[in-house]
Amino acid sequence: MTKSELIAILAEKNPDFYHRDIERIVNCFFDTISDALARGDRVELRGFGAFSVRHREARRGRNPRTGESVDVESKNVPFFKMGKGMRERLNK
Amino acid sequence: MSRSIIRADIAEAIYQNIGLSRNESAEIVATILDEISKSLEKGEKVKISSFGSFSVNAKNERVGRNPKTGQEVPITPRRVMTFRPSHILRDLVNKSS
Repeated sequence: MTKSELIAILAEKNPDFYHRDIERIVNCFFDTISDALARGDRVELRGFGAFSVRHREARRGRNPRTGESVDVESKNVPFFKMGKGMRERLNK
Repeated sequence: MSRSIIRADIAEAIYQNIGLSRNESAEIVATILDEISKSLEKGEKVKISSFGSFSVNAKNERVGRNPKTGQEVPITPRRVMTFRPSHILRDLVNKSS
């Protein structure tokens, strides 16, 4: 499923909303999560999962093709952990 | 201290920005999560451009160990969901460091 397919499903379920508003709602949904992560906040969606930001220390990496050493700078990366409800839905 | 954003905060953002009622906003947040979950349950990949993609992977049975007792226990085959953030989201999160 893509974002536009998700929008189409929601539009079908909410015939009284403008299609353009559904688009804005879906964008607002994901932007709210992205903005929170950009601030370093955690996003907890009970039953689905939780998004957080993890810090990765600088390390000496290797170019897997040439075997050459490269320095990898420290960075923050988005992290997602599946929730209990989702785990149950996927394994019933 | 950073705080946690929850469903209600997303519903509030939709209420503020789009002008749905508070009830409608909360309901559509639940529907969005449910539709994504349903798609994943079917084993589909969910791709949200500029955000990232969710996918479901099947894990085979393997032998695990109780870290406390050292006892071997079988880990049953299961399905797990993973999230791969888009480059846009990666950059957004990294800029704030």
